[in-house]
Amino acid sequence: MNKKNNTAEIQNQTNGFDVEKIRKDFPILHQEINGKPLVYLDNAATTQKPKSVIDSIEKYYRGYNSNIHRGVHTLSENATEAYESARVKVKDFINANSTKEIVFVRGATEAINLVAQSFGRNTLSSEDEIIITELEHHANIVPWQLLSQQTGAKLKYVPINDDGELIESEYKKILNEKTRIVAVGHISNALGTINPIENMINLAHEYGAKVLIDGAQATSHTSVDVKNLNCDFYVFSGHKLFGPTGIGVLYGKEDLLEKMPPYQGGGDMIKMVTMKETQYNELPHKFEAGTPNISGVIGLGAAIDYVNKIGLENIENHEQQLLDYANQMASEITELKFVGTAKNKTSILSFTLDGIHPHDVGTILNNDGIAIRTGHHCAMPVMEYFQIPATSRASFSFYNTHAEVDVLIEGINKCSKVFN
Amino acid sequence: MFDIKDLYQEIIVDHNRNPRNFGIINDADKVIEGFNPLCGDKLKLYLKTEGKNIADISFDGSGCAISVASASLMTDAMKGKSINDAELLFNNFHELITNENGVDEKSLGKLAVLAGVKDYPARVKCATLCWHTLHSAITGNKETVSTE
Ligand SMILES: Cc1ncc(COP(=O)(O)O)c(C=O)c1O
Repeated sequence: MNKKNNTAEIQNQTNGFDVEKIRKDFPILHQEINGKPLVYLDNAATTQKPKSVIDSIEKYYRGYNSNIHRGVHTLSENATEAYESARVKVKDFINANSTKEIVFVRGATEAINLVAQSFGRNTLSSEDEIIITELEHHANIVPWQLLSQQTGAKLKYVPINDDGELIESEYKKILNEKTRIVAVGHISNALGTINPIENMINLAHEYGAKVLIDGAQATSHTSVDVKNLNCDFYVFSGHKLFGPTGIGVLYGKEDLLEKMPPYQGGGDMIKMVTMKETQYNELPHKFEAGTPNISGVIGLGAAIDYVNKIGLENIENHEQQLLDYANQMASEITELKFVGTAKNKTSILSFTLDGIHPHDVGTILNNDGIAIRTGHHCAMPVMEYFQIPATSRASFSFYNTHAEVDVLIEGINKCSKVFN
Repeated sequence: MFDIKDLYQEIIVDHNRNPRNFGIINDADKVIEGFNPLCGDKLKLYLKTEGKNIADISFDGSGCAISVASASLMTDAMKGKSINDAELLFNNFHELITNENGVDEKSLGKLAVLAGVKDYPARVKCATLCWHTLHSAITGNKETVSTE
C-alpha cells in the first residue's frame, strides 16, 4: 500500500501540475465526513467551487448588488458591466462568433427545452424526424419526447454497443432527408463516453438537419470550440464547471436565434411594449426575460477565469492519469464489472459489484467519507441496455488525487468484506 | 461516526443472500407492486388471505440489501398473522426506523435488526418499501406503491 501511495505522490506532481496546491483553492475539500477525510468523487453530478468563485458572488452581494440593464446609477452600471463581461468570457471560452450567440439560462436542461420549444415547435411537423441517442441524460430525452407529442414528429434513437459507444453505422442508417434535429451529448454522464460529435454534426448537415450538443459533461474536461465543431446549438450548466447552480448557457448560431421566437415573455426581452404589440429586444436579450441570475452569471465568469488559469490541457492530462490508474486498480477486483468501456472516455468509472447493490456500495463508501453517485444517473435507457437497475459511479475532477483513488479502491474492497 | 456493521448485521446480510419467501404464490388473492423511483428498485408482493388472516405471503423483484432483507424478514413475520396484527406491526416497524428515542424492540422480534437504518436517512425508504406495499395491499389500494 505504501509503495502505491509513493507512486501516487510522484504522479500528482508531474508536468508542473501541483494537485495539492490546487486543492487549497477549494474550501469544501478540507473537511471530514464520518470521521474520515472527504473524498469527493461525484463531480459528474456537480463540481466543487473554488474560492475565487465564492468570493466573486460575495463581492457582488456585498459591493454592487443591483438590477442590470435598467439603472443609471453606479451600482447598476457596475452590475451590468460585470454581467456582460461574463458573457464575453463565455463567448471566448467556447469560441463563439459574438456575444449575441450566448444566452444565459438556468442550466443545460432549460437550454434544451428552449431549443425544443422555440426552434422545434415552430419548425417541425408530423412529416419530420428527430434523432437522439440511447446514451442521453433524461434532460436530452424528455424535451424531445414532448416536442414529438406536440408536433407529431418521429423520435429516433441511435443505439449503443457493449462498450457504451454510439454505433455510427446505425446513425447513418436512421439519418435521412426528414431528419430536422439531431440532439446528442458531447460526453455521457453515466459512462463517460466521448461521442464522435464532429462526424455526427457533419453528417447531419449533409441532410440539412440542425444539431444540438449537450455539453453538460464536457466543458469541465475538455476545450470546446463551437466554431470548429460547427454545431448549431451547444448547451452547458455552470455548476458542472465549478460555477454556481441555477446558471447555464445556450449557444446558438446567430441566424438561427434571430429567427426563433422568444421562449418566455417579460421584462428585459422587449424593445417596446404597447397595449397592442411588442417589439422584441435584440439578441441575446430576446431570450432573457425577467431579472436574470446576476450573481450566477458573475460566478460563472469567475469559474471560467479559474479554469483558464489551470488550463484545460493540464486538467485533461491529470484526469486521464487518474482514470488510467483507477481502471488499473479496479481491474484487480474480481467482483467488479466495468460499465462503459469506450475507447474515448473521460474520467468516469461506472461499475457494478457482483451480488452487491450499488445503493449498498454508496452507503458503505460514504461511511468512509467517499462520495460517489449510485443509481440510474438520469439515464434509464442506458441502464435498460445493460439490463441493470443502477451502477456505482465515481467521477473524477482535476482536484482529485491518486491517493484518493487508493481510498476508493480500499472502500470497494470493504464492500465485499461486509457482504461475505 | 457509525460502524457500518451496525447497519449490515449478519442477519441482514444472510436474508439478502438467501431471501425467505422469495417467489410467486400462484393462487395469491392480492398481488401489488412497490416502486422506489429514486433507485429504480421494484418489488412485488403476493398475498393469500383466509378470512382475516394472512395465510401465505411472498415477494419477488430486485433491490439493495436493505430492501431485500427487509422484505424477507417482513414476510417471515407476517405469515399467519391477522390483518389487524399486521397493521400493528407496520406501525411499530415504522417507529423503529424513524423514532430517535427508540421503541420497544421486543415486540418486533427479528425485525429489530433493521433499527440501524434510522442512522441512514437516505436508506429509510429502502427498508420501508415492502411495508408500504403490504400496507396498501391490506387497505385495498390497487395502484403501484411509490416511496416518493
Ligand atoms: C449529460 C447531461 N445533460 C444534461 C444535464 C442536466 O443538467 P442540469 O441539471 O444542470 O440542467 C446533466 C446533469 O446531470 C448531464 O449530465
